[in-house]
Amino acid sequence: MATAKETILWRIRHATRDVPEAESPEDVPVKRGYRTEDEATREEIVSRFAERTAEYEAEVHRVGHDELPRAIQQALKRRGVRRLVVPPYLPKDWIPDGVEAMRDAASPQLTKEELDESDGVLTGCALGIAQTGTIVLDAGRAQGRRALTLLPDYHLCVVREEQIVGLVPEAFARLEEMVKSEGRAVTFISGPSATSDIELNRVEGVHGPRTLEVLIVG
Amino acid sequence: METEKPARRRETEDRRNEGIASGVEGFNERARRAVNDQQLHDSIELFTHKSVAGRNAVLNALPEAPELRERAYRIKQETMANLDRYLEQMADAVEARGGNVFFATDGEDAVRYIGDLAREKGAKVITKSKSMATEEIELNRRLEEDYSDLGLEIVETDLGEWIAQLAGDTPSHIVGPILHMNRKRITEVLSRTAGEELPPDVEALGSFARRRLREKFVTADIGITGANFGVAETGTVATITNEGNARLVTSVPPVHVVVMGIEKLVPRFTDLSVFVRLLARSGTGQKLTVYTNFITGPRGEGELDGAEEFHLILMDNGRSKLLGTEFEEALYCIRCGACLNVCPVYRQTGGHAYGSTYSGPIGAVITPLLKGQGEAKDLPHASSLCGACWEACPVGIPLHDLLLKLRNQQVEEGLAGKAQEIAFKGFESTMKRPVLYRISSRAGRLAQKPLKKDRPLPGPLGAWTGSRDLPPLAEKSFRELWKEGI
Ligand code: SF4
Repeated sequence: MATAKETILWRIRHATRDVPEAESPEDVPVKRGYRTEDEATREEIVSRFAERTAEYEAEVHRVGHDELPRAIQQALKRRGVRRLVVPPYLPKDWIPDGVEAMRDAASPQLTKEELDESDGVLTGCALGIAQTGTIVLDAGRAQGRRALTLLPDYHLCVVREEQIVGLVPEAFARLEEMVKSEGRAVTFISGPSATSDIELNRVEGVHGPRTLEVLIVG
Repeated sequence: METEKPARRRETEDRRNEGIASGVEGFNERARRAVNDQQLHDSIELFTHKSVAGRNAVLNALPEAPELRERAYRIKQETMANLDRYLEQMADAVEARGGNVFFATDGEDAVRYIGDLAREKGAKVITKSKSMATEEIELNRRLEEDYSDLGLEIVETDLGEWIAQLAGDTPSHIVGPILHMNRKRITEVLSRTAGEELPPDVEALGSFARRRLREKFVTADIGITGANFGVAETGTVATITNEGNARLVTSVPPVHVVVMGIEKLVPRFTDLSVFVRLLARSGTGQKLTVYTNFITGPRGEGELDGAEEFHLILMDNGRSKLLGTEFEEALYCIRCGACLNVCPVYRQTGGHAYGSTYSGPIGAVITPLLKGQGEAKDLPHASSLCGACWEACPVGIPLHDLLLKLRNQQVEEGLAGKAQEIAFKGFESTMKRPVLYRISSRAGRLAQKPLKKDRPLPGPLGAWTGSRDLPPLAEKSFRELWKEGI
């Protein structure tokens, strides 16, 4: 008996039999009539990123390299964060004194309950996208697994200026190789978790963090 | 108080072997009831107006929107012509990453696979992220009935879907599942679940949902999602949400199951940049949705993240029947809901009148195609053929043209009865937009063959922008027409 796979593939081959056999997808020219690279200057791109991220009611600050630890400390203080979740490989000097760092590791991992009960999480990111005010996480360095940036109610994210790209296609182009070789999970975050299911009223944080705060370093 | 056990309403008879779930006869009757429901009417107007305004604003702000639309159409065209190759490629890529792939010829197959998996895992709690494919096959109800001995608790985690589930209701819009419910009704449903009176305040209701669903997230044994897109070359599955629930469903439970229609494929990872933008801008009027997730197989060696097991179900359920036919373009749909929002018929009747998982213009097209014409005779007539749907569609599907073809097919096959003819005359006489209608008949003359490199795109794709406002409805005559009982 044919397997379901054989059946489905047969159905498809039968239906598309008039496509010339010799024609492979690569033969069909790929025309991209849209911009794949942003021609704006670095500064324009970075300020657009700051602007667009802030449009999502995320709090955004631009700080110099030297000011980063202090900016982190202030942000956490404003939020009253005591128990802070941090991913593996987060630079040590990012964690201010007086904050209890709950460091996640391959093992033992922080439990879901610990994450749920923490006051917030501090991470880096893979990329920022100016066009859409998006933060891209790919479970890489200083980011950790997804649950870290989902269960705590507050997410403080550090974006380095050179991580910011102009357009969405640029982000995909940059991520392509990692996805092909390592296949890590990628998330684009554009604003805080929100729903509009109740009479189209926006409610934040039904599932993910209610508050997203971004520090742009450069 | 005991949490109310979620249950699907069973108005429709059991159609488990017949493709997608629906009670598709009787659009006419349901529509008449719907247009007399003022509250429903207000809810739909609010939703569709806001959605269309949002969509127009963000599309206008994107200079390359027309090019993206054309590109999307071309990618889908290329995909369908080579679907066998791409499916195998995707299956291979997922397996190479240590994931499991299962081909399901229909919903029955998919349900059995998931049920057996749940049994094998000794699963008790299943969390789900909103998925039209699983609605289509009534996954929840079938699992609860066919695998009742497992005592599964299946929890929808999209807020709207969850409320629908608690109310025993079905979604009435692809994107806004409970747009037909007002706040009062939602408060009632959630208060019953809470066992106490909740204030009719969106923040409070949201908080309650957050707390309650959190408990489910952390105890779930299996997470089930659909797939907005699947990438052939990498095996990546894209799930797109605003709430972040898909991210929780796919990262917290040890097992992740994806139910993906075979038409959801795109060839390359970079193709996603076209579709995620079109979907967000057309569907919800956002530049991107809040959480756009890409998952490539299970947790890898030395990786910190991801489910330990990953199962991809590639489901046909009638789709391959459309390939290579004049209706193939219906498979290009990315389920953005834009065609519903602009449709003068949908805006009067809402989604439930269609009696099908998929409503609005796209529902009127694919329901009879997937179920068979004899089953959903009414739906191709539930349209004024004004062409607004086609104009709004971010992948350029000539929906009105496909509807016309379905009607013609009914006539040829002797399926269209007098009833359909008379009942639906009204749509055309009051709703027709002559200019678009002319364009549409022109588009109808285009060759409808599968991929040919130089196949002309239907209609003015190049001129597509979001600038058009929602066409005013010929409301009075339409509603009166129904009330008069035509
Ligand atoms: S047919 Fe087009 S407009 Fe309608 S839901 Fe599908 S993609 Fe969106």
